[in-house]
Amino acid sequence: MPSVIANANRVNDFVVKFANVNGTGSASANALVMKAIFRMGVPVTGKNYFPSNIQGLPTWYEIRVTRDGYAARAAQVDIMVAMNAETYSRDVRELVSGGYLIYDSTWPRSSLLQRGDITVIEVPLAKLVNENFDGVRNRILLKNIAYAGVLAALIDVDLDVISGLLTESYGKKPKLLESNTKALRLGYDYVKTNLTSPLPLRVEHMDKTRGHIMIDGNTAAGLGCVYAGATVGAWYPITPSTSLMDAFKGFCERYRVDAQTGERNFAILQAEDELAAIGMVLGASWNGARAFTPTSGPGISLMNEFVGLAYYSEVPCVIFDVQRVGPSTGMPTRTQQSDILICAYASHGDTRHVLLFPANPEECFYMAVQAFDLAERLQTPIFVLSDLDIGMNDWMCPDLKWDDAYRPDRGKILSAEELAGLDKFYRYVDRDDDAITYRTLPGVSPKGAYFTRGSGHNQYGAYTEDSAEYQVVLDRLKRKFANAPKYLPKPVMIGKGNSEVGIVSLGSCDGAIREALDVLGRQKIDVDYLRVKAFPFNNDVEVFLKSHATIFVVEQNRDAQLKSLLTLETAVEKSKLNSILSYSGFPMSADPIVNGIRAKLAEAPRLSAVPR
Amino acid sequence: MTRRQYEGSMSTLCAGCGHDSVTASIIEACWGLSMRPEQLVKLSGIGCSSKTTAYFVSGSHGFNAVHGRMPSIASGANAANRSLTYVGVSGDGDSLSIGIGQLVHAIRRNVNMLYLIENNGVYGLTKGQFSASADIGTKAKRGDVNSSPPIDPVLLALTLGATFVARSFSGDKAQLVPLIQAGLRHNGFALIDVLSPCVTFNDHEGSTKSYTFTREHYHAAVETDFVPRAEEIAVDYAQGESIPVSLHDGSRVILRKLDPTYDPTDRSAAYNYIENKLKQNEYVTGLIHIDETDSTEFHNLNRTAAVPLNSIPYEKLSPGRAALDKLMGRYR
Repeated sequence: MPSVIANANRVNDFVVKFANVNGTGSASANALVMKAIFRMGVPVTGKNYFPSNIQGLPTWYEIRVTRDGYAARAAQVDIMVAMNAETYSRDVRELVSGGYLIYDSTWPRSSLLQRGDITVIEVPLAKLVNENFDGVRNRILLKNIAYAGVLAALIDVDLDVISGLLTESYGKKPKLLESNTKALRLGYDYVKTNLTSPLPLRVEHMDKTRGHIMIDGNTAAGLGCVYAGATVGAWYPITPSTSLMDAFKGFCERYRVDAQTGERNFAILQAEDELAAIGMVLGASWNGARAFTPTSGPGISLMNEFVGLAYYSEVPCVIFDVQRVGPSTGMPTRTQQSDILICAYASHGDTRHVLLFPANPEECFYMAVQAFDLAERLQTPIFVLSDLDIGMNDWMCPDLKWDDAYRPDRGKILSAEELAGLDKFYRYVDRDDDAITYRTLPGVSPKGAYFTRGSGHNQYGAYTEDSAEYQVVLDRLKRKFANAPKYLPKPVMIGKGNSEVGIVSLGSCDGAIREALDVLGRQKIDVDYLRVKAFPFNNDVEVFLKSHATIFVVEQNRDAQLKSLLTLETAVEKSKLNSILSYSGFPMSADPIVNGIRAKLAEAPRLSAVPR
Repeated sequence: MTRRQYEGSMSTLCAGCGHDSVTASIIEACWGLSMRPEQLVKLSGIGCSSKTTAYFVSGSHGFNAVHGRMPSIASGANAANRSLTYVGVSGDGDSLSIGIGQLVHAIRRNVNMLYLIENNGVYGLTKGQFSASADIGTKAKRGDVNSSPPIDPVLLALTLGATFVARSFSGDKAQLVPLIQAGLRHNGFALIDVLSPCVTFNDHEGSTKSYTFTREHYHAAVETDFVPRAEEIAVDYAQGESIPVSLHDGSRVILRKLDPTYDPTDRSAAYNYIENKLKQNEYVTGLIHIDETDSTEFHNLNRTAAVPLNSIPYEKLSPGRAALDKLMGRYR
């Protein structure tokens, strides 16, 4: 429920939502406003709520100006820039009491005034634009820039900063720069001449974005693949993972093309489907290249068979699952964390897989690199479970850093010289007693030749139907998986560690949980928070589960998949675990976490957290 | 290396299986080319045919993929290392039913590999169901008659613009060996459809893919030397000779050599020729189509570096710290 705008200081702490029609070019105007605020040193998040459609359907963009630097979506809207007549009624309803509605009054709508508890700001945008510009498409595009100008005046965005951004975008196209600047001023000057500005909800320069960038997780992951030394990418286009391969391709074209010869140090295969995409990744990885595929839920479903082969025949591969709303086709442009279980146990037979859970674009970058090292070290598929919120929205992150001393961990690969020193090479013999065996690459030595197969094989790599021989390999695979946590990122613990109440969560819930911890803290409720970054779980997870009497498992799916995984894969008592679930398809906000914990604690007061 | 060193493990297929003859031809072809075993990569899917990659060149890496998905493994492997020679062995079930999508797209992508289909019209490992290459009217061992039209991999490949399309017979080693050699050396996707009768499930009266009598006929075939050039191959094949594959019911499949007027570089002419002969129950064999202008080979189109991607030093792949620091400016 919308709450009243408090009279407290709302400088640098409010939410603007843009209601647009998709395909009208509004995204660049909205991004312009967001980036300008960021350049003013004010932390900001941008969430895009878009339809699975090319043109003509409603789309929204939400900018949260957050001086405290919260990464989550706020569950309220303070200013609505209502540019889509079709959604006026719901957009008006969504506004918080005391909020502001900006609309194009070229065609006045009395119905917008039905709410007495909001302020309606009328700007005849279409009229202004039509009087100043020609061309239907041009007018549509420039109207967006004009409302950006209106908003800039109302919330006091530094006009010089916006102009600077426009110059960066259109510096080489003077005509476009001129028309965009003119459109910006049209809106800005209209407000300055005709309305009272700025609003109490406004932006002021801060210094809290230095050393930070605004980046989406797919771009960061694609960049991570480049830095990891990946040379083969195979994929089938699917929302919301497509921009990961787009990013990889863009970076490769920038960094991996020989300036003299035009030769490319990469290959991108657009596969005929996800079955083929994962097959190509296996083929390339088996052959010694670092290879990956980005996909989403439906692609994971299709890849299951090959994932089982990779697990059993121990072929490294990296799969980015940018999760979206399921089941089935679901809602392709909405976010969820509903592929946890299918990835953990992908494919028929006894299989378990290593999962990484980035919480933000920064972690997408570093975990992308780590995923390749892990895949080759453990010789198994590695799933990086991102989601649409992380993958496609712009998050404020610390600058990405790189250590030039990094070298890929290629794992146990025998060279021709090492092979020459061996009596005989056997692919699946556990020589080092660490459950990880040596592999060889084609093209190196006939002595390294072996047969990779998904059919029953013994430790020598030969086909078998002998139970004991089969079990030797299967049991070693189990040991390998059990040993995996020592190579995996450890969970992150926040809190004093002495509360009876704990939260366990993963991925993009992080921002909402951190904000909830602050809210609860202000209410004198201390809660410990453990964010798992990988599966199989580290012993720290076991310890945390044991040392907290009441545990809230926060996740974005209906069926409590992380909770299921915890009950299956740790010793935790099921009754200790309480779910806080969000599966609306929108990024999680702090509210359900605060409310869920408060409600539970009220119901069982003796379980209350450590009083302060 | 001796010829024996090109062998693999002992075949577990039925005695007399056509596939074992294909294996022997592959061994012969590799030996003839003095192929370095580590330079060859063997790929297969699932089925009787797909087992055979274990039976030749034991010094080569082999990858037995999942059913019908060998082409994607081959595509990825080839992307990673363009310097090796790739041979895929598949069957009519693996390639024309479950895996037809991957086959079609490997052809379209023009992956540099030799792709052999050991075509016998039945599923052997599951005991004799018709495959998608079974002819209309052909009879299964237990008496069922097939009524669905066959998919002909040769016509399929021609339609898709494959740059090397051949058909042969497992029993015609003299013809098959040079075809395999040419296919291995072709720069691009080379498809050889090898009629390879199943002695256990499709070698009975009423089957149009029966194997009986064929040995004596292939012995009569003209030996063809391996020559990598398209026009030279065309000259060598200008004999117009045919090999009948006799069936128990008296019907015949005619395996033909290409006639002197045949131009294997003309794709549409080849298509019409094959289709016309099929209507007469004759399988045209030999190098049906070749296009050695390899501009559409995957790496050519991709402009991939000459050095295999899996061998490029990491230092050349990472843009490094300074580039990243600079890149950050784009996201402020």
